[in-house]
Amino acid sequence: MMRFILPFVIFVVLSVFLYKGLGRDTSEVPSPLVNKAAPTFVLPKLSEPDQKFSPADMKGKVWLLNVWASWCGACKDEHPILMELSKQNIVPMVGLDYKDKREDGLATLQKAGNPYTLTIADADGKVGFDYGVYGVPETYVIDKQGVIRFKLIGAVTPENLTQTILPLVKELQAK
Amino acid sequence: MIPELGHFSLIVALFLAATLGTLPIIGAARNNAVLMGVARPLAYGQMLLMSMAFAALAYAFLNNDFSVLYVAQHSNSQLPAIYRFSAIWGGHEGSLLLWALLLSCWTAAVAMFSKHLPQEMVARVLGVMGLIAVGFLLFMLFTSSPFDRLIPAALDGRDLNPLLQDPGLVIHPPMLYMGYVGFSVAFAFAIAALLGGKLDATWARWSRPWTTVAWVFMTIGIALGSWWAYYELGWGGWWFWDPVENASFMPWLLGTALIHSLAVTEKRGAFKSWTVLLAIAAFSLSLLGTFLVRSGVLTSVHSFAADPKRGIFILTFLVLVIGASLLLFAWRAPKIGLGGKFDALSRESLLLFNNVLLSVASASVFIGTLYPLFMDALGYGKLSVGPPYFEAVFVPLMIPMVFMMGLGPIARWKKMALPDLTKRVQWAFGAAAVIAVLLPFVGGKWTPMIALGLLLGLWIIASLVVSLVPRLTGAGTLMQRIRKQSLSYYGMQLAHLGVALFIIGVTLVKGYETERDVRMNVGDVVHAGGYDFRFDGVTEEEGPNYVAGKGHVVVSKDGKRVTELFPEKRQYNVSGMPLTEAAIEPGIIRDLYVSLGEPIPEAEGAWAVRVYIKPFIDWIWLGCLFMALGGVLAISDRRYRIHKQTKEQAA
Repeated sequence: MMRFILPFVIFVVLSVFLYKGLGRDTSEVPSPLVNKAAPTFVLPKLSEPDQKFSPADMKGKVWLLNVWASWCGACKDEHPILMELSKQNIVPMVGLDYKDKREDGLATLQKAGNPYTLTIADADGKVGFDYGVYGVPETYVIDKQGVIRFKLIGAVTPENLTQTILPLVKELQAK
Repeated sequence: MIPELGHFSLIVALFLAATLGTLPIIGAARNNAVLMGVARPLAYGQMLLMSMAFAALAYAFLNNDFSVLYVAQHSNSQLPAIYRFSAIWGGHEGSLLLWALLLSCWTAAVAMFSKHLPQEMVARVLGVMGLIAVGFLLFMLFTSSPFDRLIPAALDGRDLNPLLQDPGLVIHPPMLYMGYVGFSVAFAFAIAALLGGKLDATWARWSRPWTTVAWVFMTIGIALGSWWAYYELGWGGWWFWDPVENASFMPWLLGTALIHSLAVTEKRGAFKSWTVLLAIAAFSLSLLGTFLVRSGVLTSVHSFAADPKRGIFILTFLVLVIGASLLLFAWRAPKIGLGGKFDALSRESLLLFNNVLLSVASASVFIGTLYPLFMDALGYGKLSVGPPYFEAVFVPLMIPMVFMMGLGPIARWKKMALPDLTKRVQWAFGAAAVIAVLLPFVGGKWTPMIALGLLLGLWIIASLVVSLVPRLTGAGTLMQRIRKQSLSYYGMQLAHLGVALFIIGVTLVKGYETERDVRMNVGDVVHAGGYDFRFDGVTEEEGPNYVAGKGHVVVSKDGKRVTELFPEKRQYNVSGMPLTEAAIEPGIIRDLYVSLGEPIPEAEGAWAVRVYIKPFIDWIWLGCLFMALGGVLAISDRRYRIHKQTKEQAA
């Protein structure tokens, strides 16, 4: 009686999909912005609010945009990795302090150390919205022409840093 | 020391579960009474040890033992005691411990309340539950022990996610887990029956009350989760088709089908393979829900840290449990036989239809939830479907189902003539239709969807009256007639009434809600849905472990003060996480809902404020409550108690 074995067969097919799904990195949600020009903005720097920053300032350089906030727990996990990265001087990294109070953001950097080349304040989260920020932290790789090449949702880990982000940065820098 | 005792209890519990999962089943196969006899003591012992493990973790939480990693991650010394306790299930490891504890409680409950069952049935049922416990205990001990130490100890904990610091979230997970785990009983009965090769009405009668209890817990659990999302997330929504919500909704849908299918199997001996398959599937989906939530296969607002290692473990477990039971089904089901025959129009056929629709609904939620996974595995990139898909698929499935739902209780078993049935319901349907068409005019807005929703809800109520009236008229006084009906009949009707209230609630909220997102200065008044909301500014207030901006909003209608609302914007001291606490004035015909957005920087004292009027939204949860109460009535029915009495007399 074939029909009684059918539920089992369906389940086997399903398990294969579930197994494939396991290897999948859910933090890699494709962003419609990948391979598009990074949205422009002008934002005040966190430490000196009267100084402004715009992505255009980074033209000709490969750079990272790291979205963080003092209230974000996962940012604390990735912070030491970012500190390590900044010591190696491979790539400039701009911190975007997302929906945060200036004092809190500055206090965090003072306490835990500042891995960023410079930090900008996106207090109302408008720029984050333009970039399609899902949650904090997120990291963008932007190339010399100002095009977003990669978006990482969630914390930077030693694995995704060495396996994905840094090889991509080197490749883009070589271009 | 105490945490190590907890860990040790888990290890001993694992050995007990492993013994429970093997000896009694072997005993049942060889008809060895001694081997079968160990099932009950093992079940009690397992519960005792699981309780000890749970108590050990509770002790660590309540005493702020931050040398335990899990405690340090999910608690904080500033946290109020009640949340320090509920923080036990605030993360992955503790949730699993709760799962396993509840499983051992269900197992012990089956051991205790199965005195009237044949010994080999008890041995098999408890054995299957023991095997499930083995899987969970192995998982916990190897990948996610809540008792791991943190050396050196943290000075203080990282705090519980503020979203979870809420009374609703204290009871929501235990309720939901009771439901998830409860389906393991129905599953174990089904497997035991397949193993024994005897699938008859008695098997259905035994597993029916257990299934209903699990379903009641699950109904309450889901409703609490939805209610929590409504008042805590600050978006005014009550269901988001989030993967985690779906993970609980799928087994609920199948569980609902299972309850109905069991009724047919018990009363008419039909649908046996259906019932067995539904019992397997409902529990499989409970396990799958655990897999989806725990493995990080799907991203969700609820999901805890994703860990592929855990994922592979749960998947292996899933494949073993579900695969083995489906193979067993394929092997044994052909011998089950068909049971009582029935006509194309009969209560059986209506219930069959209901089974099919609920299963299809569950499958469509399943496909939508796993769609991103399928697409990605097939190389189409990451795509996901949101509420538009679910609404487009779900509503058309529910329309015929609700229609059948009205007919089911009226139709006769076995055979029913169509003219008979139409004659009985035509007035009910006509009345429901007329009211459904006219009522929206009272509301001030007529759309086909509102009328349709009302028709469905009113149809259930009208058909309920049609079913009730002949039962309550005739010989004897009304009181006598009322008492003559069985509790399970009232339970069914109450649950169906709950569905009607739910549908009406959903329809009216969707159709008539008013939402205003406005920027308000101190003293500003916003007019919404006939009410005036005056914003009197925000004051600073200190909570036990947070600082809050407390908004003052005075609500009035036609110049008369209705109420005062205090929405809050909290900032938790430890995590620094902001949280919106909406203020709600609930009412049977409408909720007034105010939540604070962000302060507006350029204007002193001004805030973005959300003002919602949600008509009849409480009917949604009231409906769920009725469904659950219906389930409670059904299991209080005399025939389950009679069983006990006859047994006592015999003894």
